[in-house]
Amino acid sequence: MAAGPASHGGLRRAQRPHLSKMERMVVSMQDPDQGVKMRSQRLLITVIPHAVTGNDIMEWLIHKYCITEEEALHLGTLLVRHGYLYPLRDPCHLELRLDETPYRFQTPYFWMSTLWPAAELDYAIYLAKKNIRKRGGLFDHEKEHYDQLHRKISHTWDLVVMQAREQLWAAKQRRKGDRLVIACQEQTYWLVNRPPPGVPSVLEQGPERNSCTAGRVQMTKTVDFYRREVECLRKALGRARVKSSVCLEAYLKFSSQRGPHDPIMSGCLPSNPWVTDNDTYWAMNAPSAAVPTRLRVEQWAFSFRELLEDPVGRAHFMDFLSKEFSAENLSFWEACEELRHGGQAQVPALVDAVYQQFLAPGAARWVNIDSRTMERTLVGLGRPHRHVLDDAQLHIYMLMKKDSYPRFLKSDLYKDLLAEAVVPPKTKRRVFPFMRKPRHSSPSPALLPASASREPSGGDGEA
Amino acid sequence: MKTRRTLKGHGNKVLCMDWCKDKRRIVSSSQDGKVIVWDSFTTNKEHAVTMPCTWVMACAYAPSGCAIACGGLDNKCSVYPLTFDKNENMAAKKKSVAMHTNYLSACSFTNSDMQILTASGDGTCALWDVESGQLLQSFHGHGADVLCLDLAPSETGNTFVSGGCDKKAMVWDMRSGQCVQAFETHESDINSVRYYPSGDAFASGSDDATCRLYDLRADREVAIYSKESIIFGASSVDFSLSGRLLFAGYNDYTINVWDVLKGSRVSILFGHENRVSTLRVSPDGTAFCSGSWDHTLRTKNYLFVSLQVWA
Repeated sequence: MAAGPASHGGLRRAQRPHLSKMERMVVSMQDPDQGVKMRSQRLLITVIPHAVTGNDIMEWLIHKYCITEEEALHLGTLLVRHGYLYPLRDPCHLELRLDETPYRFQTPYFWMSTLWPAAELDYAIYLAKKNIRKRGGLFDHEKEHYDQLHRKISHTWDLVVMQAREQLWAAKQRRKGDRLVIACQEQTYWLVNRPPPGVPSVLEQGPERNSCTAGRVQMTKTVDFYRREVECLRKALGRARVKSSVCLEAYLKFSSQRGPHDPIMSGCLPSNPWVTDNDTYWAMNAPSAAVPTRLRVEQWAFSFRELLEDPVGRAHFMDFLSKEFSAENLSFWEACEELRHGGQAQVPALVDAVYQQFLAPGAARWVNIDSRTMERTLVGLGRPHRHVLDDAQLHIYMLMKKDSYPRFLKSDLYKDLLAEAVVPPKTKRRVFPFMRKPRHSSPSPALLPASASREPSGGDGEA
Repeated sequence: MKTRRTLKGHGNKVLCMDWCKDKRRIVSSSQDGKVIVWDSFTTNKEHAVTMPCTWVMACAYAPSGCAIACGGLDNKCSVYPLTFDKNENMAAKKKSVAMHTNYLSACSFTNSDMQILTASGDGTCALWDVESGQLLQSFHGHGADVLCLDLAPSETGNTFVSGGCDKKAMVWDMRSGQCVQAFETHESDINSVRYYPSGDAFASGSDDATCRLYDLRADREVAIYSKESIIFGASSVDFSLSGRLLFAGYNDYTINVWDVLKGSRVSILFGHENRVSTLRVSPDGTAFCSGSWDHTLRTKNYLFVSLQVWA
């Protein structure tokens, strides 16, 4: 599947909104009042009007968009590389120089959105012109292309040469200044569309999008489609919405609570491994670390989900539940998770195992579910699928979250964990910073035996 | 923030990358079909596979760290178990899991190694069982190519969001296959979606040069991250661990860092010489990795392409 010029020009344009934005930018730069300062540039003996220097462009960009010099230079360079600005001197390299090199704005005829894709015939004519004018002084890559084209369209080669001669003759009739400008414009256009080797092409796109007709078929407005739309909209109407101000407050609270835990925002102790080449931070925060850090223990208090996501946290919570004789709740939840995310082939066996262990009357680790949910679950067990225990799982999850979890956070067990938690000292700055520490490699998770690398599953007595 | 590691080794455009849960390994895929697993801390390459197709636009690391998934123009998603056995050819153990009718644009493992979620240019997303390759659920509703997806970090773990060329971002229920919510305020293709760490919102980056934050409970767009001087599309977005910062890679070769709450740009990072195609924050938030289409011509015939890790 080639991302090629075979597609319709208009369709491709929609995929490149940045071009229209660049064009608008370039047009506003040429505004007589608000635009860039234009001046006439003297090139040898010819005078070219409406020229600008790199510095003028940068100043205008900085002023108009309130950006730094670095960004303005970058933006200006992109404009030149896409062919919207061309240098009047040495138009072999498309870059924005900050010296006295004069630049001009490319004529809309040669804009990327107008004259694209570049036609091979036009390129052949251009190369032929250059060949005649410079008496064979083409660049290597141009010579290659020239030969290739010659072979490809040899049947119309006479036309190419004739056109080339005509255009050269017409150009001679013009004033020297115009001739120079047109030559630069054309050269820039071809530098953008046929870049020399080593220069990345700005025209490159990823694979073509919207090319699949299957997608279009789906969009045919059948009754089914409208039925789905109506259903979706009806659901949307009925949904309870929260005020945005409340949501934004929630973000504020969330981000400020997690701020100290965010290494990029607040750094991390003892040090960020990427910065100091010291991976102690990872060793201390390993999934199965014996003594968790203080920040880590604090994180267990943020939400029940985060407590369960941390293997160490989950293990401590399991201990706590065992003391309260409700450990089967967590085990049940874990078993349900394994069912939901396990392989399809294991579903029937797992469902049966969970039923036997947790739900059957008189089961070894019977979990307390309300009767309605239990009834629904038992009915569903007739045709086991991976989501058959979802309701029961949710019930137990909420039970733990609303009841056991708050008690855990207030318990002595948790308070002791907080007290014992480690706060690593910040790494002292190295006196000789250029002495690089050797970077330790760590064993790949793929090397560990399978049981160790899987998530902790089940509790005691899991089938 | 500075570049701390440069990973050189791909010979062509880097299209996608993903972190391993061990916070230092990454898998990256490129245009020439090469998929490489690196220990980015030491910059060593650990595994390399050559896919039989070009433009491998999607790759993902399994939660256990024992396998990778990738796909692209072959319309399939393949899972490769990672092996250190020198005698085994990784390609021999490859499992073809997903089958679409158009290119694969994104893939992601769900909470385990056994299920994989894919998004494709044929306008659909699908959930597959890895072992058998069976289609568990398919998600229809996008009117054009689906370009990206992200799983929600929620308690019940049942939803995901996808963005496509129809300018819509849609939230799906994985169990029923229904679209739960849809957001359509972007003006162009949505290249990347990523959930806010709390799971209550998600950000999207689009070709219209803006990133937007959509709140799920308010059911609307709540913030736009844009600047007049940014005119190239955002190809890839990700949040820092606390959700305070939004990192976005753009097609104008830069990475912009946005303050999520204030809506303003914090800084701009230059470091690539071609468009930034992929950007992911590491699982523990200590760094982020960006991949791009750039190459530096070292010798006449050799092209190196860089992935960079910033911290």
